[in-house]
Amino acid sequence: MQKIIKDREIVEDNWQHLDDEAALVAGNITVSITRWQEQHETLSHHEGGLGIRLSGDDPLEEIIPDLGRFQLVVLLFPAFTDGRCYSYARLLRDRYHYKGEVRAQGDVLYDQLFYMSQCGFNSFELANPNRLTQALAAFDDFSESYQATVLRPEPLYRRR
Amino acid sequence: MYQYDKYDQTMIDQRVAQFRDQTRRFLAGELTEEQFRPLRLMNGLYIQIHAPMLRVAIPYGMMSSRQVRKIAEVARRYDKGYVHFTTRQNFQMNWPKLEEVPDILAELASVQMHAIQSSGNCIRNTTSDQLAGVNANEIEDPRPWAEIIRQWSTFHPEFAYLPRKFKIAVVGSKEDRAATKLHDIGLHLVKNHEGAVGFEVLVGGGLGRTPIIGEQIRPFLEKQDLLSYLEAILRVYNRLGRRDNKYKARIKITVREHGINHIRELVEAEWVHIRDQLKLDSKEIERVKQYFTEPAYERDVADSDSSFTELLAQDKEFALWVKQNTADHKIPGYRAAYVSLKKPGQAPGDITSEQLEVVADLADEFSFSEVRSTHTQNLVYTDVKQADLYALWLRLNAEGLATPNINTLTDIICCPGLDYCGLANATSIPLSKGIAQRFDDLDYLHDLGDIKIKFSGCMNGCAHQSVGHIGILGVDKKGEEWYQFTLGGSSEADASLGERLGRAIPKEEVIDTVAHLLDAYIDLRHDDESFLATVRRVGVDPFKERVYAEDH
Repeated sequence: MQKIIKDREIVEDNWQHLDDEAALVAGNITVSITRWQEQHETLSHHEGGLGIRLSGDDPLEEIIPDLGRFQLVVLLFPAFTDGRCYSYARLLRDRYHYKGEVRAQGDVLYDQLFYMSQCGFNSFELANPNRLTQALAAFDDFSESYQATVLRPEPLYRRR
Repeated sequence: MYQYDKYDQTMIDQRVAQFRDQTRRFLAGELTEEQFRPLRLMNGLYIQIHAPMLRVAIPYGMMSSRQVRKIAEVARRYDKGYVHFTTRQNFQMNWPKLEEVPDILAELASVQMHAIQSSGNCIRNTTSDQLAGVNANEIEDPRPWAEIIRQWSTFHPEFAYLPRKFKIAVVGSKEDRAATKLHDIGLHLVKNHEGAVGFEVLVGGGLGRTPIIGEQIRPFLEKQDLLSYLEAILRVYNRLGRRDNKYKARIKITVREHGINHIRELVEAEWVHIRDQLKLDSKEIERVKQYFTEPAYERDVADSDSSFTELLAQDKEFALWVKQNTADHKIPGYRAAYVSLKKPGQAPGDITSEQLEVVADLADEFSFSEVRSTHTQNLVYTDVKQADLYALWLRLNAEGLATPNINTLTDIICCPGLDYCGLANATSIPLSKGIAQRFDDLDYLHDLGDIKIKFSGCMNGCAHQSVGHIGILGVDKKGEEWYQFTLGGSSEADASLGERLGRAIPKEEVIDTVAHLLDAYIDLRHDDESFLATVRRVGVDPFKERVYAEDH
């Protein structure tokens, strides 16, 4: 089973990411937003955890009414330079008060972990799964942030 | 000026440590060139033709004499003993060694300087008016606001991977010395009908391949809402900006494709949600403002000083420098004095370590230990007593820093061009030098008055040629360097884009073309009409006829 970083620890991943054509399986599964919208009814009866996968191209706002159904939201980085999902993570946490797991998947690199965690991601499938131990240090790159972030909702100017 | 507290200092020290580790991992092969690229760019490091180029941020152009001495030291120790000032008030080093860059950044951090976000697809250094705080026409000093923006934008976790770079400029007076209409966001401090001061917000200005003048998104924004409104614009842009084509990724294209009204609706809708969360309280505003209070000016110095007027009468060279290179000050008896980095024969914006050390000494002696960089690639002392101007001039003159050419033809804005830059198609610096050498007669220059030449070596337009009174753009035609001229652009309050003169001109005719344009101007102008006003009145055709006459 693949190892991931979750809540700053290296853990076994217990989710299966299903393609749109793949048969449903038991246990924790994630599906694309397209599949969720097409098979809404069937998936609602899925026993086991249900998660949804989105990329920056997908309309975040369309899944908000269903947010309570998902234990996991996977945000996809087709390239690490595509920063749209940083905003998605913040919106999920700040605006829609999503308390479940928000995971970064795709081109997820060590050097993005600090900013990602500030934006509300709490689990990470790294592009290079061989350097997970090393990557744990990245969460401590900075001890402060000027901005209001998901981890520190008060900006520095209210704390200094 | 702003002084770091323990929070600011800790963050830049941690940044140096982070980049040291990133550089180590790159050199050890743990990071690919592609993975290292955005990391080094966000620390101002480019890989250029000859060597890496390091761009260091100077927030809104403010430097202390201590920082200037450190720049001189770093340039001498890690580079070739000179630096280059840019149009965004930053400076660049053209010959650092990659493996030494973390050491350079550590040295700079020791004097509260950094290269954070001076490149990359993130929010860049915030720029402002070099006469902020001393200009009599100012509505309010923009520097505290620029500093507040600097802190908000530094390491913003959500906006580090934008579709493209993002530049913000803020000014506090109607004259626009920071080209705000050509920034992704331009902020003008304005007074509303009730007399309250807030911001007019412009969005979507920019130069480069598709120059566009920014449009107003909000006529009046209350000051305490500044950060929430900026965050709303950035969030809309981060989601909506194009990522399929880097030439269409700037917010100017987003605004053009969606229309300013639609963008405004999206921004305002986003803003409603975050407005309260990010409201600036008066405690923070006051905390930052206390770093920008007036220095200890001597009062009534104007009345007691007759030597200045006498020296002006006695020394024609000095008088010329005062007329051309100094500016009015809000306190009687004080002036702002420019350090010209445009001596004919040198690369525009370049300055040596030795000169920097003199600049620092003179700041200590004559201008409260501060000096600022300007959008036009010069430096300025903003608080010099009139009675000290002569002594200052003598010292600057001895260093070749007193060419009386501020705002004249030879105060050329120029990019590094083909000599240094990996993007350039054509040479720019040697031709700029050539123009400065050809038109070195000071009486002629002063008779021509305010003419801004902006010279870029490729269509990325780092020297802002599209808003030059005379814009010159280097283009590559089958391996040869050609130059496209535009006339009538401006980056100031009356911002406009220049109009094409005609077909491109071969390299060897560039300087003659400038001469033809100047001759035409002298024939066409009415009384003391400026070059720009003349072009706007008569259009480009009469100039075109003169330049291309020989073809008929």
